[in-house]
Amino acid sequence: MSFIKKPSVHHPKLPTNALGLNRRDYEGALSTLCAGCGHDSVSSAIIEACYNLSIPAHKLAKLSGIGCSSKTPTYFLNKSHGFNSVHGRMPSVATGANLANRDLVYLGVSGDGDTASIGLGQFCHIIRRRLNMLYVVDNNGTYGLTKGQFSATNDKNSKSKKGEDNPFESIDLAALAIQLGAGFVARSFSGDKDQLIPLMTAALKYRGFAFIDVVSPCVTFNNHSQSTKSYEYFREHNEALGYLDVIPETEEIKVNYKEGSSAQVQMHDGSKMILHKLDKSHNLYDRGNSIKILNDHQTKGSIVTGLIYLDKEERDLHDTINSNQKPLNILTEKDLCPGSKGLDYVNASFR
Amino acid sequence: MPMRPTDISDPEYFHKVVDCQWACPAHTPVPEYIRLIADGKYTDAYMINWESNVFPGILGRTCDRPCEPACRRVRVEDEPVAICRLKRVAADYKDDITDLIPKAPKKTNGKKIALLGAGPVSLAVARDLVPLGYECTAYERDHVPGGLMRTNIPSFRLPAEVLDEECNQIINMGLDVEYNYEVKSFKEFLKLDHDAVFIGTGAPKGKDLNLPGREEASKNIHIGIDFLASVAFEHVSKVGKKVIVLGGGNTAMDCCRTAVRLGGESVGVYVRSPQADMKASDWEIEEAEMENIPIFENHVPKKFLVKEGKLWGMLFEKVTAQYDENNKRKLIPTGEPLVTVECDDVLMAIGQDNAFEWIEKDIGIEFDEWDMPTVDKKTMQSTLPKVFFGGDAAWGPENIITAVAHAHEVAISIDLYCNNLDLIERPAPHVFLKSSKMGLHEWSYDNGYDEVNRLAVPHADLKSSLKDRKLEVELGYDEKMAFEEASRCLNCDAQTVFEESRCIECDACVDICPEDCINFIENDEEEALRLNLRVPALNLAEDLYVSDILPTARVMVKDEDLCLHCGLCAERCPTGAWDMQKFFYMGAQAKDGCSK
Repeated sequence: MSFIKKPSVHHPKLPTNALGLNRRDYEGALSTLCAGCGHDSVSSAIIEACYNLSIPAHKLAKLSGIGCSSKTPTYFLNKSHGFNSVHGRMPSVATGANLANRDLVYLGVSGDGDTASIGLGQFCHIIRRRLNMLYVVDNNGTYGLTKGQFSATNDKNSKSKKGEDNPFESIDLAALAIQLGAGFVARSFSGDKDQLIPLMTAALKYRGFAFIDVVSPCVTFNNHSQSTKSYEYFREHNEALGYLDVIPETEEIKVNYKEGSSAQVQMHDGSKMILHKLDKSHNLYDRGNSIKILNDHQTKGSIVTGLIYLDKEERDLHDTINSNQKPLNILTEKDLCPGSKGLDYVNASFR
Repeated sequence: MPMRPTDISDPEYFHKVVDCQWACPAHTPVPEYIRLIADGKYTDAYMINWESNVFPGILGRTCDRPCEPACRRVRVEDEPVAICRLKRVAADYKDDITDLIPKAPKKTNGKKIALLGAGPVSLAVARDLVPLGYECTAYERDHVPGGLMRTNIPSFRLPAEVLDEECNQIINMGLDVEYNYEVKSFKEFLKLDHDAVFIGTGAPKGKDLNLPGREEASKNIHIGIDFLASVAFEHVSKVGKKVIVLGGGNTAMDCCRTAVRLGGESVGVYVRSPQADMKASDWEIEEAEMENIPIFENHVPKKFLVKEGKLWGMLFEKVTAQYDENNKRKLIPTGEPLVTVECDDVLMAIGQDNAFEWIEKDIGIEFDEWDMPTVDKKTMQSTLPKVFFGGDAAWGPENIITAVAHAHEVAISIDLYCNNLDLIERPAPHVFLKSSKMGLHEWSYDNGYDEVNRLAVPHADLKSSLKDRKLEVELGYDEKMAFEEASRCLNCDAQTVFEESRCIECDACVDICPEDCINFIENDEEEALRLNLRVPALNLAEDLYVSDILPTARVMVKDEDLCLHCGLCAERCPTGAWDMQKFFYMGAQAKDGCSK
């Protein structure tokens, strides 16, 4: 960790977004994670995506649990709402917040321990409910804060830094998310911002449950030669399904995309997602095919990245339970109190 | 052609990154001495300056400071570090340095060197040669040393004690000075049979303006530099109440400020060009304005007005400046009626010329069509091998710091010449580059970015200043202010050194860099590469630092332009691929040549 403050000055030619803010305006405190931690790159991608989308800081809530990953919301968007919850319990806090105020953008950052071990139950149910949020897992396959034990996402053939074997099967969080009904499921790599930033941008816009499993190497405990979540291993075994461009509603599509290799998806707010497919056998809109692609690559020993599954019908928990359109904090007494006639009606319905 | 990896073994690459040092004609290691000042080590800071620019106390008050506009801080925010005034701090607070100054060896080497003029350039040549055993004699037309530093720079900017101290430092090393010695015939002078002769006689002739009325009114029309010299030597102690100063350079500023101190009640500066085009340094103009001296721009002098043989005013034509596509200026008369300005005296500060009428044209020194000697840019040698030129005498008026830079080259050349060596084979600069790492995240320099604004130097009370031409206007920083100002230095000599074999391309440096300098990108031609960076590198004066190819087939490209040298890239690097390495560069001097 650094002892100096990150200088507040920035490049005078730094571009600004629709709000007149530059990228630096979306930063947080200086990271105290290990130098070279993939999580810092993920934070940087989040900053970039929020900047691209011109999200006003007060319109976003960042939520996390416990772990290295869950420390990171301190390092971005320091003017946004934040909740650092109990270990593995970020989904319940997110659910409560989202139900109380549907007008905010919800961004959860969790780790492989926080999500795949102690929080696995909460994770499963937040997916089933399709809460409108982006759930990011900084996945490094190890428990960094407790000195490098295997996590539940660590591959069976991967060894610890000391050379011990991992005897247990790993949990594929992306496959689980698809199976349980997430609408937007992607996997990416902290060291490939060209892929990660557009995925984040699209996922933040997506209405429904968006999940990105980001392989984010732990430089201290899991970046050695026998790790399958190291920078080097990942780069050697990465197979990208494709790349993504997000075109805002207000902009025209200027680039000519080759037919057949790309697909255009209209999002609920009018913006477009352009997918550049690299694997033609992949049917993005088919849950079964997407899970199969994940399994096939895992068997082969490669890591598949990019947008893996997309449900074009954007739908969230509020749609399902038909809840009030307004955030609770702006409901008045008139909205909330049914009056004596209304109360009589309600009471009568229970008789 | 994609860019080739940067060759950082070439000392000039990192030298250029230290913008102040690169811009300084004498290449003074600026960040090094600023750190010493912050540390309270004023004597050490002074000696580094003395080694490099010979006159720290004088230059700390009068330098043209090309380093300041070059300062990175200008590009990062707005105001440069007050480099010049920090130099003065080193001079003001140093201890006794007598024992640190080298002396002439007991036994000389028998070589006799003549230095014509005892101004900054000759003194600096002597400073380099005397300790090597050369028998140097300076021939000075005045009765005191210092040249233009004494005659052209008023005492309220440069007190005589400061000037005397630094001139005497050199004279006391063992330089002989023949005062009141004006060379009238160089041919005759050469008969004295010196081993080498150096001409450092400056550009002593002020330009004149031959307008109607010039001759009739000559009693009240003065050449600026002659006027300043007469004041310095106390031949002149007052001027008329109404004074017109012609010219827009630093001499004009010195003239008007001197005139105000000698009884001028209505002193005005009249400049042909727009004020923005004036040659005077901004700070000199500011000082004149602080003394409530008005500057009238776009006034072209037309006529001296004379009545009964006495000057009573001047006629000016008003113009506007027009610039063509090459930014070449043309002054177009506005057609307004001519302006009459009353005056008792006119001071002309419209430029200086060289004067070599005392050098016979048949002795082997070649002169060009403008009567300037042919001088080799590198060796400072004339076409007569044993004669060398430097300072303003070489290529016309420049400034003290340029003269010092010339002097180092002249001394090297004379040393090589006297040893019958090739003047082209010159000694290399002193360079070192080594890690400044002290701990996990600690460096041997203060890497935090200080958000302090530039501190103004306190001034003496205006009323008393204007009464006494010898009272120094600037008081200099106190130690606390000096510390604060020194902390604004970005330590550009702490170089970001990248070792590609260690890099795992984790992006940590890219993410942390406050100025978005660092990129991992596909290589390309420089022009294209500059545009493809995170923030396009549009300042072509600053280099791109390009690595060799990395495992992902990309290269690291760092735009040196706005790097704060904060070291965060190195602090966030997990593998030590980035290191902050202290770069030291000291230009070669005569002592590094054959006498070494």
